Parts: sequence; C-alpha cells; structure tokens
Amino acid sequence: MKPHDFDYVRPTELDQVFDLIERHGDDARILAGGQSLMPTLNMRLSAPALLIDINRIDALKGLSVEGDMLRIGALTRHVELEHSPEVARHAPLLTKAIRHVAHPAVRNRGTIGGSLSLADPAAELPACALALGATLVLRGRDGQRRVPANTFFVDLYETARGEKEVLEAVEVPLATSSDRFGFGELARRHGDFAMVGLAAAARMAGGTIERLRLAFFGIGNVPVLSSAADLAAGRPLDADLVEVLRGAVGETLDPTDNLQASAAMKKHLASVLVGRVLGDMME
Amino acid sequence: MTTPISISLTVNGERVEAQVSPRINLVDFIRHQIGLTGSHVGCEHGVCGACTIRVDGAIVRGCLMLAAQADGTDVTTIEGLSDSGDAADLQAAFVARNALQCGFCTPGMLLTATEYLESGGTADRDSIREFISGNYCRCTGYQAIVDAIEQVASQRGRPSK
Repeated sequence: MKPHDFDYVRPTELDQVFDLIERHGDDARILAGGQSLMPTLNMRLSAPALLIDINRIDALKGLSVEGDMLRIGALTRHVELEHSPEVARHAPLLTKAIRHVAHPAVRNRGTIGGSLSLADPAAELPACALALGATLVLRGRDGQRRVPANTFFVDLYETARGEKEVLEAVEVPLATSSDRFGFGELARRHGDFAMVGLAAAARMAGGTIERLRLAFFGIGNVPVLSSAADLAAGRPLDADLVEVLRGAVGETLDPTDNLQASAAMKKHLASVLVGRVLGDMME
Repeated sequence: MTTPISISLTVNGERVEAQVSPRINLVDFIRHQIGLTGSHVGCEHGVCGACTIRVDGAIVRGCLMLAAQADGTDVTTIEGLSDSGDAADLQAAFVARNALQCGFCTPGMLLTATEYLESGGTADRDSIREFISGNYCRCTGYQAIVDAIEQVASQRGRPSK
C-alpha cells in the first residue's frame, strides 16, 4: 500500500527538531533509518501529518571512545556497526549481533538510535544494550539526561524517552580482557524477527564469573534480563554451569504467545539458546 | 494537500531535477516519474527485496526510502548496473544456470549479488544464502541463484575458503 499524505522536513540542527516537535506534537514523527517507520506508514498503521527527517543532523552521527565508554551516535547505521574496527574492539557483542539484524539492504539504512527508540520486542539491539549495561543519552531543548538501558525499555514500543526528547547517542562500557560476549537467535529465516534471542555478557574474575547478564528478546513486551544469570556468580563458565542455567532459565521468563511461537515453545528455545550461546562463550 | 519537495539527484549517471510529493517512495518515483521500470515493487514493506536500488553505492529497499530523502544522492538502478557491464558475468550466469523463471525478483537479486561480490563475498554457499536472505524468489527455490553467484565468485577469483 501507499502511505497517507504527509509533509516532510529535513532539519540540520537539533534545535529545529525541538521547534518542530513543540509545534506539531503527536502529529509529527521522527524519521531516522526508516526501516520500521516506513513499513508502518506504507501499511497505514500510522499516519503522521509531518515527518521530521533527522538523517542530516551531524550532532547525531559518529563513533568515538570517550573515557571508558564507546559513544555511538544515534544515526550510526547498522552497516557501520558491522564493519567498524572500534566496535569490534570495544563492543564485540554488537559486531556479533548486527549480522542478525534483518538483511544487508536494511542494515545499510537502519540506525541504532531508531532501533532503540522504537524498542521492538523482537529486536536485537535493545537486548544488546541491556546485556552491555549501556546508557542512553537523551537530548531535550534544555539539556541532556542519561538513562540506563535497564530502565529505558518501559513497555511495548514504549521507552523512557520523553515526547520532546531525541535519542542522541548510546554509551557502551569498553570491553576489557575479562569480558566475554555471546549472541544467538532462532528465526524462521535468516534476518527475520527472532522467535527468541539471547545477548549474553560475562565479566570474569580469574577463572570464575563475577557477573553474568542474559538479555532475552522476543519473549515479552520488552527485552528482559533473566535472574537465572545470578546463579553464575562465583562459578566457572563450564558445561556444568550451562546445564544449571539451561534448567533454570525457563522459570525466570514469562513469555507471551505470538505468531512466531507459543509461550511453552519460547521457554524451550530460551533454554536451547542458553546452551548454544554460553557454549560458544566457553571456547 | 501537502507541500511538494524539490529534489536533485543523479540516476544512472544522469542529473535529475524533480518535484515530488513527500509520500512518494524512491522506487515509485523511479518507476513512475522517471520511467525506469526495471526496479520492481513487491511487498511495499521491506520484506521481499524486489525494489532493491543502490543509493550512494549501497543497496537499499526502494520502498523504505522516500524520494525526498534521495535529494543529493547518486542512485543506480538495474538499468544503470546493466548498462555499466559490471554485472554482465552475473547476468550471463543467471541465464546459464536458469536462476530465474518469472524474473520478478531478478533485478533485486542482481543488485544484491553485485554488492555481495563487490564487498569481498566468496563462493561460500552459506555466505551467499545469508547475503541474499532479504530477497524473495518464489520460482527457483534459490538453488540456481546460489549456483550462479557461486560460479561468478569463483570466476572473479574468490573461491570458497
């Protein structure tokens, strides 16, 4: 189908975006990569009067190391994450995850800020943000505020971003030699939305795990950290632990049935993913 | 009525100036306003890949980008790719291997396969399948398409590792 009529503006400064948001409120939508917004417009699931195209706002671009954080501008496209040596070095979980995000033609346009702001429950990057303990930087007219990923995703397609705010960047703690990361998802076709997915991050201390995060997506309305990960503290990352976690993870999740899979199947697949992803991390 | 947008871009090497309605997507603009109908329109929500177009050197979904957003860009469609000869070996392999029946997906497949090969893709069949996973073909079952891309990768000196 074709979208409803709308007006289109392409500001080059954030202040212009704030002007437009203040003037048009709910009638306006921000257009970043457009790889989720455009389908909803084409299917007429959404019919804003105005699209604010932020693709040419330089303040939202760029990747840089700042202190102990990798700062990733909201307009960074998936393809840039995929091929960035800085990302591979400092946030290798994103490098692993990004090739599961849709298909090359979509990754050439889609942005990390758009994915995080939309907060699709089956999307990879929100779960990665949780597993990494990332911080989302929100910019409003009067300044910026930082929101940890574990409080950013509020409910289905609902985030802590205010109506008059723009997601400016995401900050990821730099990976150290004590960190291990794993990623896996089960989808019906490569690049499709996952039935269930898992982003995992382990901080090691000597031979044992100091902290493990298991961030599941495709489970419920928002990506979730499984409390089963707490069982890993102080234990080595070995086959025994993987068995324990495989058995424990289902009870910590409360999946909802959807077109992709039933709740019971999702619990089973979550356990399968724990085996595969942590198995990879042991190597 | 919404305000038309003036755009200026390059399509297959030719300068194009146009007024577009904001809601016109890039592939509809190319088909209906420029008259190049090699790029096809399938699902119109980014799933099928029939509308694949190259913008500033990278393939995109022509249905998920507005014509207004293409202002200032360099666009290549299947017509431009074909005329350039850069995909001549791929096109010959598609014919030789029977990698198309109805041909609806073929322009998108060729643009995607071209990006795969130009970005260093090898004859590894799994990698080929992963790269073309965003392009639907309802005729061939993909086997012949993968065969054709694999053959060209080998011919271009990039065998499977």
